[in-house]
Amino acid sequence: MTNLQMWTYAVVGATFLLYIFIAIKARATTTGEFYVAGKGVHPVLNGMATGADWMSAASFISMAGLIAFKGYDASVYLMGWTGGYCLLAMLLAPYLRKYGKFTVPEFIGDRFYSQTARVVAVICLIVASLTYVIGQMKGIGVAFSRFLEMDFQTGLMVGMGIVFIYAVLGGMKGVTYTQIAQYCVLIFAYTVPAVFISLSLTGNAIPQLGLGSVMADGSGVHLLEKMDQTLTDLGFAAYTAQKGSTINMFLLTLSLMIGTAGLPHVITRFFTVPKVRDARSTAGWSLVFIALLYTTAPAVGAMARLNLINTIQADSIAPDTTQNLKIDSLPAWFTNWEKTGLLKYEDKNGDGRIQYVGPNYKGVDANGDIVVNEMVKVDRDIMVLANPEIAQLPNWVIALVAAGGIAAALSTAAGLLLAISSAISHDIIKGIVAKDISDKGELMAGRIAMAGAICVAGYLGMHPPGFAAQVVALAFGLAASSIFPALMMGIFAKRVNNIGAVCGMLAGLGTTLVYIFWFKGWFFMGAPMAADIEANWIFGIAPSSFGAIGALINFIVALTVSSFTAPPPEHIQHLVEDIRVPMRSKGAVDH
Amino acid sequence: MTDAQKYWQANIRLVIGCLVVWFSVSFGAGILFVHQLNSITILGGYPLGFWFAQQGSIYTFVALIFFYAWRMGQLDHKFGVSED
Repeated sequence: MTNLQMWTYAVVGATFLLYIFIAIKARATTTGEFYVAGKGVHPVLNGMATGADWMSAASFISMAGLIAFKGYDASVYLMGWTGGYCLLAMLLAPYLRKYGKFTVPEFIGDRFYSQTARVVAVICLIVASLTYVIGQMKGIGVAFSRFLEMDFQTGLMVGMGIVFIYAVLGGMKGVTYTQIAQYCVLIFAYTVPAVFISLSLTGNAIPQLGLGSVMADGSGVHLLEKMDQTLTDLGFAAYTAQKGSTINMFLLTLSLMIGTAGLPHVITRFFTVPKVRDARSTAGWSLVFIALLYTTAPAVGAMARLNLINTIQADSIAPDTTQNLKIDSLPAWFTNWEKTGLLKYEDKNGDGRIQYVGPNYKGVDANGDIVVNEMVKVDRDIMVLANPEIAQLPNWVIALVAAGGIAAALSTAAGLLLAISSAISHDIIKGIVAKDISDKGELMAGRIAMAGAICVAGYLGMHPPGFAAQVVALAFGLAASSIFPALMMGIFAKRVNNIGAVCGMLAGLGTTLVYIFWFKGWFFMGAPMAADIEANWIFGIAPSSFGAIGALINFIVALTVSSFTAPPPEHIQHLVEDIRVPMRSKGAVDH
Repeated sequence: MTDAQKYWQANIRLVIGCLVVWFSVSFGAGILFVHQLNSITILGGYPLGFWFAQQGSIYTFVALIFFYAWRMGQLDHKFGVSED
């Protein structure tokens, strides 16, 4: 076993022991503890838990890579996945906490006095959460297979086993306290390499400032200028330039924001604090903890890209390629990642060296032939995972990154699985099928639903449907077009009634699904009705940006239909008036 | 107008004010006016529009939520609807 593997086993093993220890300490004994951790979580701690809940394998592993290759255009993810917290804090969280129940569909069902509305919400919740969980499972498998050289399936089983222990035993209570620990692991793992790399490239220890600093190589050029210069010289698009259309950047940002605010596993976290006042401040704390990673990611992305280019293309500007990376002396990280298939080269011109250039490169080699790109595959997921190796950081830092990636994936998976199992045991079993079930029976149903959800998620992780990459757009589209508008109107529009809400949800959901499936194939399986290219999109709107339009349709339909039908009964109007003021909220239970 | 209505109106006004700022720093500075703002550089070598899109908007969001929470706390007390 190599030194790196020993470090990885030690660090990952230690974090697992910690999670299991917490699981045993924080067992849930009532449904209140299982669904909302007894509403007794301190707002700052809940902010940390929300941070871990929210930041998935995608945030930890993929986002910096996305930024590295898209440059400015990736800003939509940075703004979209943080700006939603403003909407949550001001439009939803305090009011839903005041209502004081356990799940999101429960509020929708009660406020719109309609079982149909509740069932529609449950379906959206389960589809959105399940699609999301597949990505987490894949993240766990990749981290295990690369760092522990375990096979993908075994890695996945170990991950599932850990989640099983703390989520089934502890419910929301166990999940909350493990998420707090997982936040600490993941943020430490993310920032340590970033600090090291920022120091070596710019001499500034704070990555957020390093990205705007002068290069430490004595050239006197700013890092971002250097990026733009290097990329354009090599025939890539400039880093800080806009590549996509403005309308799609605008709508995608808006869809991601609304979708974030409408994702049930995030909203549920705001049910766990003792007071309405805490629900407001915990949103702020969540964003503080999220911002720590989200403002570091742009620095990691840019610096990792620059390091990668400099490693392969030592002399980036002159057409002379005799300084480039030699194939017979590739660094260890290169051959390791090559084995995973995430990194691939082809020596097309047979010069024994690798050329890494963009599509617009016009330079010529020693024979006078135009140099073509030989890095045929650079998967963006490796930017974070391989970054410490490319920058030649010590082995313990690399081990830490593995543990961080696993923590990010596990914490989000647990949050999603909890949202799914609560919807099944509380909304379907207790709410519809067996209304007179006892608290104990419901708790048992919750645990069984959780165990079932873990098995389904594990199965989907091992046999990922071919469309796994497309489903993120679907999850956000569903949350944005159906759940967010229903919740917001439930609080802010007293006049919206049962018929209006159901019509609005179905209209928003329907148009969004049809638009996505039209360009991606029905249920992602059949052939698409039209090629997924800008020329075919209505008003140039990309399918992944459509959630905001779906939300707008939902609002318009619900308000119009409601104005033509009978107003909600008096007790519902009182309910709305009551949730609008913090006074007389139900405090912590069992605490 | 009852106290409850006045409280709700003050709340709506506060939310709208905050959302105007929310919109300006992200959709405004980060997307719609990014090219114009990029001619200014701050904090060393950051083009301003790029900085808003990848850093500044996020910092503003954090500040905005805490400001909202603090102002709402004041309104709760003023209108006597606080929890304690």
